Amino acid sequence: MATATVLGAESPDRWRYLNNILNRKGPYTDEAFTPGDEPKAFLADAKILVIGAGGLGCEILKNLALSGFKDIHVIDMDTIDISNLNRQFLFREADVGKSKAEVAAAFVMKRVRGVTITPFNCAIQDKDDEYYKQFKIVVCGLDSVEARRWMNATLINLVDDETLIPLIDGGTEGFKGQARVILPTISSCYECSLDMHTPRAAVPLCTLASIPRQPAHCIEWASVIQWPKEKGDLKLDTDDPEHITWLFTKALERAKEFNIPGVTYSMTQGVVKNIIPAIASTNAIVAASCCNEALKIATTAAPYLDNYMMYTGNESIYTYTFTHEKKENCPVCGNLPQNLEVNPEWTLEGLMERLQERPETTLRKPSLRTSSKSLYLQAPKQLEEQTRPNLEKKLKELMETGDELSISDPGMPFNLRFIITMSE
Amino acid sequence: MLKIWSMKQQQQAASAASGKKKVTAAQLRVQKDLGELSLPPTMKTHFPDPDDILNFTLTIEPDEGMYKGGSFNFDFTINQNFPHDPPKVLCKQKIYHPNIDLEGKVCLNILREDWKPVLNLNAVIVGLQYLFLEPNASDPLNKEAAEDLKNNRETFKRNVRTSMAGGYVKTTSYDRVMK
Repeated sequence: MATATVLGAESPDRWRYLNNILNRKGPYTDEAFTPGDEPKAFLADAKILVIGAGGLGCEILKNLALSGFKDIHVIDMDTIDISNLNRQFLFREADVGKSKAEVAAAFVMKRVRGVTITPFNCAIQDKDDEYYKQFKIVVCGLDSVEARRWMNATLINLVDDETLIPLIDGGTEGFKGQARVILPTISSCYECSLDMHTPRAAVPLCTLASIPRQPAHCIEWASVIQWPKEKGDLKLDTDDPEHITWLFTKALERAKEFNIPGVTYSMTQGVVKNIIPAIASTNAIVAASCCNEALKIATTAAPYLDNYMMYTGNESIYTYTFTHEKKENCPVCGNLPQNLEVNPEWTLEGLMERLQERPETTLRKPSLRTSSKSLYLQAPKQLEEQTRPNLEKKLKELMETGDELSISDPGMPFNLRFIITMSE
Repeated sequence: MLKIWSMKQQQQAASAASGKKKVTAAQLRVQKDLGELSLPPTMKTHFPDPDDILNFTLTIEPDEGMYKGGSFNFDFTINQNFPHDPPKVLCKQKIYHPNIDLEGKVCLNILREDWKPVLNLNAVIVGLQYLFLEPNASDPLNKEAAEDLKNNRETFKRNVRTSMAGGYVKTTSYDRVMK
């Protein structure tokens, strides 16, 4: 176990700002907080994972290193683009094309002595449960809903008697942003709040097709309507300059036809890639909030965020903090998968009969699936007919140990989930 | 971390089992939506691969209105971002309809600008059915058809019948969609 000397090894003033917090109690510190070596040792030993090394990620990595975390992992599958350089300050022109995670890790390690950052240039889905289990805290600085949902569900599924990994999620869009603390199964999770996020404002298809009014309408028309019409099955690659040029030319023609000025190449790129201009200061504020929470959770030096802070910087500086309520019927944290032992020789119908005998799985009209197989779905009618033959099959033909079984029923607000263990 | 752990101890031991092949949140939701689907006799689904519930075809055979007697096929493609993203719906045939263009794109508000994660597949299917009962001239994707509907309902009706039989309306030939 590393000791507190890690924080004091350099100039005695090096970590003074941190020692001010960790060496004494404050008016709001938790009763359980013991000032001094204990929280410092925890910071030095705790592994913390950062997802994303982009706009938020650069800030987060720098902040965590300067907050006394010593063992940081970072995952990002992206490479550095020249347009990142204005705000992703760990990258230089010579780094364009290199892995974000690797360059960011090397930069912060060079500047902050004593920190180890392990970079991974891969997708979060490439790592397994064992990998994620080693961390005490996960901080996300992502730009995609899909990746957030995956990370959220993964950490919630890891909860057991020994594991509970807080997820600190930051997000920004232009001048707006949010930071939130998710304690898996204890507080509201990302999936609980999915209804809250408005998908991006889309223009009605008929407006694009018949009465465009803005340059963006012409660009969307080119990508949504003309591309599939003229290019058939060729998939639009928004990173391919030739594709963007094609769209730009088409959009320009249409804009001329309707007397709409303002269509440019970079606007075309912005519209089709759905780029919302990133604001460096929004990233800095949201990342600061996230790292503040990481430090507070790790050391108990001050109460942590419960559980959602939204920030708006459009007209002034405004923040609002509230407790987002856990959703009782959340499909991810409302029902955790349970173990289910089955006999491989049972038929699917036999399994369903046995489930009917258990009070918690007595269902009116259950439908059963694994991640890769429709076992028996009672609606719609054609799917019922297609899956009915499975009822006679033995379980060993349909599933294997480790498969997740999901059972839905019209009378239930969410699906029941089981992890299958085959045993004779 | 002490605080978190004391909270955890207070909470009842909710311990999850962890599997190798997880069902994704989108799959969980689609499975649930399908179970709640109430299809009238005028509609049926077809799953080319019953194990893949994210891709299927919906056939609508209206029993009233101007499109009565036709059989219309729609491809449903649902991605892993569902229900954050709406399902993608495409008409498989070239049909004469003010709100469906010749490539099969559908102008239905809940498929695009008014989609919300609280909506489900049933809502989309009801919406599609409504398009055949009440084609809407004010949201045109096929401008010619919309103009016809606006100017002369009788001409429009005749054009619908001609197109459904596989004939020409003006210079455009349409797919035969009679059942």
